[in-house]
Amino acid sequence: MPEALRIVLEVMRYTPEPGAVPRIESFPIEFTADMSVLQGLQQVKDYVDGSLTFRWSCRMAICGSCGMMIAGVPKLACRAFLRDFLPGPLRIEALEHFPIERDLVVDISDFVEKLGRIRPWIEPKVARRLDEGEYLQSPAELERFESFSHCINCLLCYSACPQYGLDKTFLGPAATALLHRYNADSRDGARDKRMELVNSEEGVWACTAVGYCSEVCPKLVDPANAVNQNKTASAVSWFARMLPGRSA
Amino acid sequence: MNPRRTFVRPMGAWWRRDAFFMRYMAREATAPFVAAYAFVLLIGIVRLAQGESAFEAWVEALRSPLSVAAHAILVVVFAYHAYTWFQIMPKTMPPVVVAGRKLAPAAITGAGITAAVAASLVLWLCAAWIVR
Repeated sequence: MPEALRIVLEVMRYTPEPGAVPRIESFPIEFTADMSVLQGLQQVKDYVDGSLTFRWSCRMAICGSCGMMIAGVPKLACRAFLRDFLPGPLRIEALEHFPIERDLVVDISDFVEKLGRIRPWIEPKVARRLDEGEYLQSPAELERFESFSHCINCLLCYSACPQYGLDKTFLGPAATALLHRYNADSRDGARDKRMELVNSEEGVWACTAVGYCSEVCPKLVDPANAVNQNKTASAVSWFARMLPGRSA
Repeated sequence: MNPRRTFVRPMGAWWRRDAFFMRYMAREATAPFVAAYAFVLLIGIVRLAQGESAFEAWVEALRSPLSVAAHAILVVVFAYHAYTWFQIMPKTMPPVVVAGRKLAPAAITGAGITAAVAASLVLWLCAAWIVR
């Protein structure tokens, strides 16, 4: 049996009652060196307080459910280890910039609505019949968008983006990264439709290149790069409108 | 009314919550100094167009103790501005592909800083040669 370590988890609690505000509750726990922050929370829920509420599913940084503020930094609870926060206490709070529903669970409907608006699917340039075979793509063409397709919608980037915190109409890092994933795909033909959103008030120009979104991304998606590449694309399309014979 | 009764946290003093945000605000704070110094150099061009005595007066004004002290502070501000500029550069440009592989962000930042240092050195040597 490995030696048990001890740490105090200071967890944000919030119950959706009228006039309620979040508070911090301390839970001293014993843990082993291989335990994640998520496992620490599960231990509290299973043995100390069953009402502690948080989202989780895969436990291996794929589902994107367990994003939370861990010692003030947006992280996946399954990917952060308790041993790294010794001697503690370790503060765990709900993801910044999102409305808190209960304890560590936030309301992400704003992002889900934005995700729909970016048209996150391929609209073929030229539709092929089934008997014409698949849409082919070279490794170099794949390279242009592949990293942006690794997004798991964990929303750590929104939590790291002060511009989103200050202005919720901003499309934000992950939605723009996914938008870019389709725009940069050689098989796609809906770029013009997406550029309307990129160029709009809620599009890429609300970004001030803080760059923290890319720092906290657990999948190295680099959403800041997607946003800033689209500033160039937006400027080019704005100037292109002035050329004779061209419309927006 | 939202039936979910969610709680929205305030954004007050958000930039003091994280060292990353403080560095970002410091970076943004250097921008007005860069703009102001561009204006100083612009005045120099205007004075040059006005003739030799006007230009000499501008150069003399730059040699005042107050101006020298301001330049000592500005060189530090500019160095930080340049450093942060190249630090964010990989996030703002399309991928650079060399021999079939994407160039690492650190390589882009490193190349930028090296180019800035080399350009400054060349400029300084030229200036030193002119005023010798």
